[in-house]
Amino acid sequence: MDAVETKMIPIYIMGQRYEVPEGLTIMKAMEYAGYQYVRGCGCRGGICGACGTIYRIPGDYKIYSALACQTAAEPDMYLTQLPFFPANHVSSDYAELEGVPEDIYKLYPELFRCVACNACSKICPMDVPVMDVIAYIKRGDIEKAAFEAFDCIQCGLCTSRCFAEAPQFHIMQLARRLYGGKLAPKAQHNAEAAKAVRDGKFNPMLDQLTSMSLEDLKKEYIEREIEPETAGDEWKPKETKWLLEEYLR
Amino acid sequence: MKLSYLPGCTLKTKAQDLDLSTVAAMGALGVELEELPRWNCCGTVFSFADDDLMHQIAPVRNLVRAQEQGGEQLVTVCSFCFNTLKRANLLVKENSDKLDTLNTFMDEEEDYKGNVNVVHLLEVLRDEVGWEQIAGKVQNPLKDLKVAAYYGCTLHRPIEAAIEPPNKPEALNDLIKAIGATPVDFPDMTTCCGSYQAVANPEIVINRTREILTSARESGAEMIAVSCPLCECNLKENQKELGELRMPVIYFTQLLALALGVDSHLHQCEQNPADARPLLESKGLIDACSATYI
Repeated sequence: MDAVETKMIPIYIMGQRYEVPEGLTIMKAMEYAGYQYVRGCGCRGGICGACGTIYRIPGDYKIYSALACQTAAEPDMYLTQLPFFPANHVSSDYAELEGVPEDIYKLYPELFRCVACNACSKICPMDVPVMDVIAYIKRGDIEKAAFEAFDCIQCGLCTSRCFAEAPQFHIMQLARRLYGGKLAPKAQHNAEAAKAVRDGKFNPMLDQLTSMSLEDLKKEYIEREIEPETAGDEWKPKETKWLLEEYLR
Repeated sequence: MKLSYLPGCTLKTKAQDLDLSTVAAMGALGVELEELPRWNCCGTVFSFADDDLMHQIAPVRNLVRAQEQGGEQLVTVCSFCFNTLKRANLLVKENSDKLDTLNTFMDEEEDYKGNVNVVHLLEVLRDEVGWEQIAGKVQNPLKDLKVAAYYGCTLHRPIEAAIEPPNKPEALNDLIKAIGATPVDFPDMTTCCGSYQAVANPEIVINRTREILTSARESGAEMIAVSCPLCECNLKENQKELGELRMPVIYFTQLLALALGVDSHLHQCEQNPADARPLLESKGLIDACSATYI
């Protein structure tokens, strides 16, 4: 049986040419090329924002961005990672913020230097419409800003490109925090459940468990009813007395 | 009639009553203002430097949005937005090289072709609706109300961006007449309120406010109607510094909405020395239209 030959492609890491197997992510390709990550790598799942990468392709004037862990290396990519970009982060006492646009304006007045060049949105590896988010904040719409900025993973590439030197990713995070903690309607059922915990409503259930013998516990565990993977939202166990709404009734 | 509309940042924050009364009044006149689905700050002030194209991106990007929406006209009511957008539009219409540079820079947008006209709401009222039409739709004529039309700077300067000949300010007077009130001419109709000197040199704005209010009062006005949120803020807030010199300040769109019998959004004027409500109540104008008074 013939050995399967892996096709090799050239990529350029910080200007240096390397041959790497086709099909690897940029991150794997860099590791293949001999780089060992200390910083610039976190979850490897496209969520943590540590592996922001910028690259160009020969013959194309445009600058592109990627998350190194999520993007396949392509032939002739000229790339460098930008795992961190210095940005003005202003501390604030969350309890003293009022959930009004002025909270943001006072902490980050530089956002008004935005000239709508849109370099931030163009570089965003998560396709957050960063320029529009800043526009929503300028017009006081924190809710819209928070929703539009939901996918931001704080990689900082927007800030690396900002003509106005604004730290968009910190500003957007503040908008989300203000919305989440001070503007969004509170979940009433959550508050009720928390009160039930504080009132000791669950203590009998816990007492029953902690007083059981190890053998009985194992038996209960092995015989427990498991929700089928294909179960829909309407699924309920045969024994319903432990369901929150039944139990608290 | 449906027109593209850019309210501007201030109309979504400090001057919501201007935005809301504008949309309500135009609805009553059969004009639907379709807010651009995506818009950004216009830039606030027009950049004078010849080679400073960076500051023309924001207004021109808004013109691209209007073009995308298929609108031939982009309506604004904020005097600052109007002035900035209109002058940026003129700049790129008259300088194809600058338009090319901007279009090339904004490569992810469709090219701006220069076919959108930026118009102020007063122009829409004058040219698209017409004073007679407006008069015909008035439910509550604002009788016995003497209103000074304060145009400020940016509706008439520079001449190429003016809504009408700068030496003959008429549009706001004509509107005041159409809604049954009495327009009052006064010497400071088109002088500057001091604008953003309010930040660094507030005494300039206090002095300007004193002069404008005195001149309006001596000309017999009971109230001042404005279009610009910054004029409104300066003329209102500085009355706190001017003792007995009190004069209600109101957006012209609030008067229009009041006359048309729709919500004039006067409730946001509360607790201000220049609150327009006591005067309107004393004239029986608010009671005559209880739906507008919340």
